[in-house]
Amino acid sequence: MDNTVIRIQDAVVSYREDVALQGVSLEVQKGDFIGIIGPNGAGKTTLLTVINGLGKLVQGQALVLGLPVNERSGIRLRRRIGYVAQVENIDPRLPINVRETVMVGCYGRLGLFRRPTRPQWEAVDKVLSMVGMAHLSHRPIGHLSGGEYQRAAIARALVQQPEIFLLDEPTASIDPQAQGEILSLIQLIHKEYRITTLFVTHDLRQLPSTCQRLILMKEGKIWQQGSPESMLKEEILSRLYGAPVSIPAKSEVAF
Amino acid sequence: MQHQFMQNAILAGLCGGITSSIVGVFVVTMHLSFIGVCIAHAAFAGALLGVWLGFNPLIGALVFSLASAAIIGPMADRGELNPDTSIGIVFSLMLGLAFLFMGLMPGARTEALSLFWGSILTVSQENLIFLAAVTAVVIGLVAAFYKEIQAVICHRQVALAVGIPATLIFYGILFSTGVTITASLQSIGGLLIYSLILNPAAAAYQLTYSLRRMLLIAPVFGIISCWAGLAASYFLDIPSGASIVITSSIIFGLATAFSPKRKLKRWQRAQLAG
Repeated sequence: MDNTVIRIQDAVVSYREDVALQGVSLEVQKGDFIGIIGPNGAGKTTLLTVINGLGKLVQGQALVLGLPVNERSGIRLRRRIGYVAQVENIDPRLPINVRETVMVGCYGRLGLFRRPTRPQWEAVDKVLSMVGMAHLSHRPIGHLSGGEYQRAAIARALVQQPEIFLLDEPTASIDPQAQGEILSLIQLIHKEYRITTLFVTHDLRQLPSTCQRLILMKEGKIWQQGSPESMLKEEILSRLYGAPVSIPAKSEVAF
Repeated sequence: MQHQFMQNAILAGLCGGITSSIVGVFVVTMHLSFIGVCIAHAAFAGALLGVWLGFNPLIGALVFSLASAAIIGPMADRGELNPDTSIGIVFSLMLGLAFLFMGLMPGARTEALSLFWGSILTVSQENLIFLAAVTAVVIGLVAAFYKEIQAVICHRQVALAVGIPATLIFYGILFSTGVTITASLQSIGGLLIYSLILNPAAAAYQLTYSLRRMLLIAPVFGIISCWAGLAASYFLDIPSGASIVITSSIIFGLATAFSPKRKLKRWQRAQLAG
């Protein structure tokens, strides 16, 4: 039985004159946990946008969850894919609380003209408890710290009941303790639900230990890939980042 | 009937106050104030074209406001230009066109000037029906698409990522703004309508963290602005558009002064103490 949930062939994405992704091919199996690392501008985020249909391919093709990725399938696909980006600046006066923000994750699957029902609100409360945010559920979303905001974002992605989980620098711009807690939560979720997970980071210390495969990206291409043990070598990483890189000791790693 | 004009004015204030404030909630929450100003000026330019060429000014206002929304939206979205730059260019073009059409108008420009200031006391039956229809449609759309609107105005990128037709909803908001401005042009005026969109919603934004409550408080402020302004205009014999805008500005000032968002919340105090 074919367990491939993501199959990208020769993908090219460009933003005006800049080519963000050049001939990238990738296969991901159901339940995989994949780390994607590389310097800024390597095309990591663009690769995630190809998977959820927000990035437009100028060449090549992508098949995700059995659907060819294009403008028509994009919305249907995104309803099945959880996406967590890095902490964003939010207006502290925004008129929406944590519980309502998490419920937004259900809206895509619910479809137009249908209101959330009691079981859906109960599901939201359950997920908020799971991520340790139940006590903050009625707080305005703009009043959360970076770590709390990311927990809410993960809860929002979880109520979507995603088949693929895309995490784009989820621990960037938050304090080290919150980073560790977020990484532990992400690993717990993968262990519990076996959701196919792609985790993007430029910071090696933020790489979860559960990564089964590591993809190294540079200048819009997949530069190398393999097991974390084979990829996390000072010589390889120094060439990837174009500067001397030392492998963080276990004690420095947040997981 | 002797006071038919006053009845029309009260109804126009009711509908204009409700619709402008609801649209204002979206504009204020999404920080689209400059886009709203730009659409208002486009509607004004379109209406002046109608006056100059002798067709219904409302049609001109509607076409221009919707066209400006259709131009600004993609320009701001694609990021080809800084949104402020692209909106600024459309804004100055619309202002230039408005002055051009006024300059080309032969004879007295009474009708054109009334589009500047608006006159709620002389609102026509036809305009009132149009305004009431727009109010009903806007309320209906908000009720039907509340959850999508909430997602888009509070978390637009998230809304896109979870499979909500966020772009469609965003353009719906821009077009609703254009239609609302068009419908209120005759009563409030092209230069002043924008204050009625912005002030009641901005006042409500100061008072609550709930979008539902904001959508109830803002229209109440909008109606109070219109009716109090209308009364001031009638009894003090001052221009109605100006009195409505001044009233709405006073409401905003009071809401800001007494805003609970300016005070420390209990949980913040606990955090500071602990």
